[in-house]
Amino acid sequence: MPIILDKINYCYSQGTAYQIQALKDINLKIDDGQFIGIIGHTGSGKSTLIQHLNGLIRATSGTIYFNGEDIYADDYNMKDLRSQVGLVFQYPEHQLFETTIFEDVCFGPKNQGLDKKTVELRAFEALHNVGFPDELYDQSPFDLSGGQKRRVAIAGVLAMKPQVLILDEPTAGLDPAGRDEILNLIAKMHKELGITVILVSHSMEDVAKYVERIIVMNSGEVMYDGTPKDVFHHYKELEAVGLAAPQVTYLMHELKEKGLDVDLDATTVEEARNSILAALR
Amino acid sequence: MGIIKASKLVHEYIRRDEEGNVAAITTALDHVDLDVKEGQFIAILGHNGSGKSTLAKHINALLSPSEGSLWVDGMDVTKEENVLPVRQTAGMVFQNPDNQIIASVVEEDVGFGPENIGVPTDEIWERVNYSLNAVGMTKYRKHSPNKLSGGQKQRVAIAGVVAMEPKCIVFDEPTAMLDPNGRKEVLETAHALNKKKGVTVILITHYMEEVVDADYVYVMEKGNVVMQGTPREIFSRVDELKEHRLDVPQITLLADELRNAGLDIPLGVLTREELVECIMKCRNHM
Amino acid sequence: MIRDITIGQYYPAESPIHKLDPRVKLFTTLIYIIALFCFKGVLGLVIITAALAAVIKLSKVPFSFMVKGLKAIVVLLLITAAFNLLLTPGDVTLWKWGVFQISDSGIKNAVVMVIRLIYLIVGTSLMTLTTTPNQLTDGLEKSLAPLAKINVPVHAIAMMMSIALRFIPILIEETDKIMKAQMARGADFENGNLIQKAKAMIPLLVPLFVSAFRRADDLAMAMEARCYNGGEGRTKMKPLKYNAQDRKAYLLVIVFLILVIAARIVLPFPM
Repeated sequence: MPIILDKINYCYSQGTAYQIQALKDINLKIDDGQFIGIIGHTGSGKSTLIQHLNGLIRATSGTIYFNGEDIYADDYNMKDLRSQVGLVFQYPEHQLFETTIFEDVCFGPKNQGLDKKTVELRAFEALHNVGFPDELYDQSPFDLSGGQKRRVAIAGVLAMKPQVLILDEPTAGLDPAGRDEILNLIAKMHKELGITVILVSHSMEDVAKYVERIIVMNSGEVMYDGTPKDVFHHYKELEAVGLAAPQVTYLMHELKEKGLDVDLDATTVEEARNSILAALR
Repeated sequence: MGIIKASKLVHEYIRRDEEGNVAAITTALDHVDLDVKEGQFIAILGHNGSGKSTLAKHINALLSPSEGSLWVDGMDVTKEENVLPVRQTAGMVFQNPDNQIIASVVEEDVGFGPENIGVPTDEIWERVNYSLNAVGMTKYRKHSPNKLSGGQKQRVAIAGVVAMEPKCIVFDEPTAMLDPNGRKEVLETAHALNKKKGVTVILITHYMEEVVDADYVYVMEKGNVVMQGTPREIFSRVDELKEHRLDVPQITLLADELRNAGLDIPLGVLTREELVECIMKCRNHM
Repeated sequence: MIRDITIGQYYPAESPIHKLDPRVKLFTTLIYIIALFCFKGVLGLVIITAALAAVIKLSKVPFSFMVKGLKAIVVLLLITAAFNLLLTPGDVTLWKWGVFQISDSGIKNAVVMVIRLIYLIVGTSLMTLTTTPNQLTDGLEKSLAPLAKINVPVHAIAMMMSIALRFIPILIEETDKIMKAQMARGADFENGNLIQKAKAMIPLLVPLFVSAFRRADDLAMAMEARCYNGGEGRTKMKPLKYNAQDRKAYLLVIVFLILVIAARIVLPFPM
């Protein structure tokens, strides 16, 4: 179910002196099953953008089509959209509230109006998909470690069986080990569940390894949109707006300048290693 | 003796059940030794739960050791009468920028510490001016902290500590909740305080790239110091770092891989420039 | 919607009102509230309106900012108006249905109550908009200082208020965020009957409380780390001292109260 954004504009406090245009003429098409990274620094409009995708924020002008339907049409079922486009907010563990982990994951599907059995089945499946150990299902979510809480929170959205899963900085505040675990988990879910995944981040290095498409946001506009390699070609422009390309990209460009014939497209350590070794031989 | 000296420091968190019996004991610090010289920039690396934050809280006398000893500027932190002087000597900046700003106006928050220790009004103003200037936040002195970015809030928090004129500042994961720009701001401020004002800095973090410029690095795991040395020494032990699941920077990883592939690259490459130079040298030799 | 609450927010500006001693502003607010509840007649209303308008003008806080604060209490206003309108018996009854009726005094009461409430919100929010919470609590602490002699923990109360005021905007923002996050999980905060609505608040309130406790914990630690040790031996960065402006303001406030009372006694225009 593709999502199409047609000339989306959004202003905060419209009509007052404090008016801020958070999004400017955004045109995007998000195809089924893609794994997309949205990158931008704080205030670039990336968080505002994703809240449009499930209708939490309504565009000031422009239209969004989900599966061919205009989501701003009067008879459009917003609640249904929210279960199809799952949004995991930043620090999602701050939204846990039930007495047990299992109950908390049930909250979403319960709101969808499913019967008890289906709800529990969904919750079980979701917890399983995020790799959460069964023996902890009846524990209080508040006793878990940060990384575990985050898994539960992601399961809470996953249990609604969304077609599109959006995660707003899912690794914020985690340590590197926790971060890698969550990112690997997300990549695994993308592969195994066949859903569209949109990962919002301010770290290029995190995202480059996983996604197939990067959308760079800057002051409310789409600055670049393409494969990681295409986007990192613009590493100088990215740096100018406060976003760094992976260290390897810089290194490769510097080597090239010094006359070593390396592959400028390399973004990961492995690619760089192979390319440097090949160039030296 | 250094400004901070820990000897066989042990801290146990004791959880009691409803009747007050001991239900569980977690050893957060397990015989830790630490020696920090005045004016140094020290980094402590480790994962969540490695005990690094527990250690930080001891240096500020927010926690008291279960065993062992800790001296801050020659003062024994376990002595009740030393608590306030220790807190004045070793300031602390915490992780969450929102939860450590007390006042609703930047300059009033910076003045909070000096007010607590009974500094006369005129001197409070001098200190506030000096501190805001030291962190580059003078422009925002009349602002509400709520309107600032994460990095700016952390700088306000740092100014609040600087205003107490500490000899040492402990930064407890000050960048964990910030974006790259904010991280850079905070790190630059910490380094500037260390270099220009001679403040001893203890930076606690889980990002390896932040420790490159430190004088000395401790790596903690499960309450123990498992590695220590200069950044170059630490960064040359890539396999060990990987074992501790630390976030080895791409450049260090690449240097290591290239060395393993037979290139003549020295251990402990820290920066991109160094690596470029090494690779170009390899080519000239081939 | 929830961001529109302006009570407890500070609006930075350089104005004579901002510069006044917080004790003056506290006293003025108290007098203003008394005046609001004891005025009678059109003249009283005119005096209060004129005074309020003058202070708003002087404060340099945009009027739209205060109006925004009113949005949050629209429901309260409507309920108050409805109660007064429908339940007050009067000399002339215009409409009657069961216990409900609309009378001349009902209309009058409704209008007066709505005006009172609006003025109350605008006036008090004007105080918080022009006074930093710290100044405000300093003012309270100093005004109430005599109570410390009878073991009232004045400093502790003042500190608690100051912190509460600092964290209100943060918690409001957080409420907004949690609400959105639960809506993303299909929560419905708008539809349903009263019981369903109350139940729908649980997913909002539990995380909010958990977060508030976490923040309280962090903050206590941060305050301790900065040598906070209660009120004893503390000095002030901005000690309170009256100047000529403050004395003038006191005088004006007294004059204002006398005028309002005089208007009530001397010229009780029917209304």
